[in-house]
Amino acid sequence: MAKYLLLKHYRGAPASVNDVPMDQWTPEEISAHVRYMNDFAARLEATGEFVDSQALSPEGTFVRYDGEGRPPVTDGPFAETKDLIAGWMVIDVETYERALELACELSAAPGAGGKPIHEWLEVRPFYGVPPTVTE
Amino acid sequence: MDEAVLRTLTPTVIGILVRRGADFAAAEDAVQDALVEAVRVWPDDPPRDPKGWLVTVAWRKFLDTVRADTSRRHREVRVEGEPVPGPAEAVDDTLQLYFLCAHPSLTPASAVALTLRAVGGLTTRQIAQAYLVPEATMAQRISRAKRTVSGVRFTRPGDVATVLRVLYLVFNEGYSGDVDLAAEAIRLTRRLAAEIDHEEVAGLLALMLLHHARRPARTGPDGRLVPLAEQDRGLWDTRLIAEGVDVLQAALARDRLGEFQAQAAIAALHADAQAAEETDWVQIVGWYDELVRLTDSPVARLNRAVAVGEADGPRAGLAALAGLDPALPRHTAVAAYLHERDGDPTTAARLYAEAARSAPNLPEREHLTRQAARLNAQLRS
Repeated sequence: MAKYLLLKHYRGAPASVNDVPMDQWTPEEISAHVRYMNDFAARLEATGEFVDSQALSPEGTFVRYDGEGRPPVTDGPFAETKDLIAGWMVIDVETYERALELACELSAAPGAGGKPIHEWLEVRPFYGVPPTVTE
Repeated sequence: MDEAVLRTLTPTVIGILVRRGADFAAAEDAVQDALVEAVRVWPDDPPRDPKGWLVTVAWRKFLDTVRADTSRRHREVRVEGEPVPGPAEAVDDTLQLYFLCAHPSLTPASAVALTLRAVGGLTTRQIAQAYLVPEATMAQRISRAKRTVSGVRFTRPGDVATVLRVLYLVFNEGYSGDVDLAAEAIRLTRRLAAEIDHEEVAGLLALMLLHHARRPARTGPDGRLVPLAEQDRGLWDTRLIAEGVDVLQAALARDRLGEFQAQAAIAALHADAQAAEETDWVQIVGWYDELVRLTDSPVARLNRAVAVGEADGPRAGLAALAGLDPALPRHTAVAAYLHERDGDPTTAARLYAEAARSAPNLPEREHLTRQAARLNAQLRS
């Protein structure tokens, strides 16, 4: 098994095919979308492939150390940065192909007009552990 | 005996060990071990005297630990054999434990964790699950908390207000995983109310009961939030409401108003309305005035603006809102609501969408997005 991160972006990914902001959908379309997402996570739990799922608020700040005794230096909220992560799902699957397949399912979640969003998701493999048997 | 009943014995047994001379941290560990043992053994071999069994086993575990520690340090074993028979159980042991676990030297998160374990009898694993952190993290939080209060004398009375804040925090966490924290908070507050005659303890208990009564109506089938005005009031638990109102009335009769009684009074007025339109908003505004006077809290002022909007119309609500800091959490959502009531769906839709972006949790974000979507759909047609 190998773990993959399915990463969803507020900003930074190429535009979806069905790119309409959620507040322009109908309430029924929102319900259908939420149901799809819940069902997807439940199905992954049932297959033993679900690890974790989290969502992030769009607010964020860059921060760095500025030397002994100095307060942290912050930068942001970063309206101008290109990349803004919205959330992720971690899956543990047999193959890379399976990871892509699941990401596609997630990307097919219904949006405006009840049609799939075709959202771009980023699939990133986790580093695994070194094998015990090496020769 | 089910696990919940077993857990109610926790503070009593800790108290007995402490009076026999164990320090709080060691006593708490020993009782936790005894509880784990009880869960394992009791189903097949239930004891006739559960409390006596727990005291005996916990005391033995405590002695084992002391002996192990002592021999490790090559010192003479000082605690020997049969326990000194403790004095008859003091009624206020449990109460002292509440004070200790909510000690002002603890951070809120530590006080919550320690209270759930030492007073509530939950295991570290259950507490960790409820707060969605790894078990090792929660174990560290609890043992640090125990070190922090290790110098506190077990016999000194504490401040009820700090205990109430901790219980309120537990209640507000709701429930996730297999531990229902809201129900646990009610259980602990009920127990506290039985130990101490205090109007704000009663106020908090009433507040919890009245809010808990609405829980079946608060979320829809797909987990979405259902606002108070749209809830199916037939789903409200009338038994809990009746109890909450009784507890509140007894507290208010003492004529020593506090913030929890005022909040409970507001909840009771909502519970009293058969339909949302029948809500007595004028009285609710009166209680918010009291709450603002008692707490000077910006959150109370924000909620008061909503109530004013219902009692005196959306313009009055917007006027009440105007004096408040726009950076307050949920300020934009309240503004959106009042603008919609004022017949300005365009502004309301924009504000709902803006509020959704700064929502503090996903269900609220979804709810606010849905409100924006509803108005935008109306505006399109």
